[in-house]
Amino acid sequence: MPTPIHNLTVADKTYRSRLLVGTGKYKNFQETRAAIDASGAEIVTVAIRRVNIGQNPGEPNLLDVLPTSEFTILPNTAGCYTADDAVRTLRLGRELLDGHPLCKLEVLGDSKTLFPNMPETLKAAEILVKDGFQVMVYCADDPIQAKILEDLGCVAVMPLASLIGSGMGIVNPWNLRLIIDSLKVPVLVDAGVGTASDAAIAMELGCDGVLMNTAIAHAKDPVLMASAMKKAVEAGREAFLAGRMARKYYSADPSSPTSGLIGS
Amino acid sequence: MVESKAMEITINGESRQFPEPFTVAELVETLGYVGKRIAIERNGEIVPRSRHGAVELAAGDRLEIVVAVGGG
Repeated sequence: MPTPIHNLTVADKTYRSRLLVGTGKYKNFQETRAAIDASGAEIVTVAIRRVNIGQNPGEPNLLDVLPTSEFTILPNTAGCYTADDAVRTLRLGRELLDGHPLCKLEVLGDSKTLFPNMPETLKAAEILVKDGFQVMVYCADDPIQAKILEDLGCVAVMPLASLIGSGMGIVNPWNLRLIIDSLKVPVLVDAGVGTASDAAIAMELGCDGVLMNTAIAHAKDPVLMASAMKKAVEAGREAFLAGRMARKYYSADPSSPTSGLIGS
Repeated sequence: MVESKAMEITINGESRQFPEPFTVAELVETLGYVGKRIAIERNGEIVPRSRHGAVELAAGDRLEIVVAVGGG
């Protein structure tokens, strides 16, 4: 039986949504959960941070709101600037999630752009793959680096569409298309989506999925935007599979019959 | 009365005093994290949950105790 068109398969596991969402920047856990439910996402990213020793050890935990029985939790390495920090963070994440090997690797270059540091990203990816992790990796929209990450054994490659949290949309569709065309593993746009049409464009290019956080969390109505993103990802996927018409430059082609007009 | 020795360890960058001997499980209980989803790294190595009761802390240990928080 063919896989339903809106399913995404990563590392031999199939998910019902091609939309992956982050859990940061929401007003509270209630809003987080409501937005994620509206998005239909099954894979959600979380950050790994130090506990505040001595402060409210009984306070609610994100994973109480997003239980592992309902969601695939994708620990990330946001804020890591070296391969070593990223590897340590994900080992802690794996321990936190009872050995769950799927993770999101990101090694940042600087705090102004949050652009990936690709040499450190490659180094971390190699260590993590050898250590049994299933690595979904945030990377530059560089087709050569993307291919190297696939060859290292990453299970998904996730180029940025524009800077993290910028909402600037798909700034280099040509590079994304080159990456999509040359890789066998799923390619997901990670970062830069600002509104629903951006997600649709990513999917129309042939992306396997989209990962976003701020576009939903910082919308005026995050729950409504989450619903819009779900539809945009599905619409974009359907349009990609349907195959768009050829563009006709400088000439129109009427949609209605040119014969049988009255008075002719 | 036997005075138990105190040892200094660093947890999440903060210096703390604990009696010796002291296991990771006892530390988790003292800090109030029993049954919570946390993960612990000791001197750069993960201490698996199954080993919390067996691993004894030593003076000078550097621990990281983490939790999942919202992030993208």
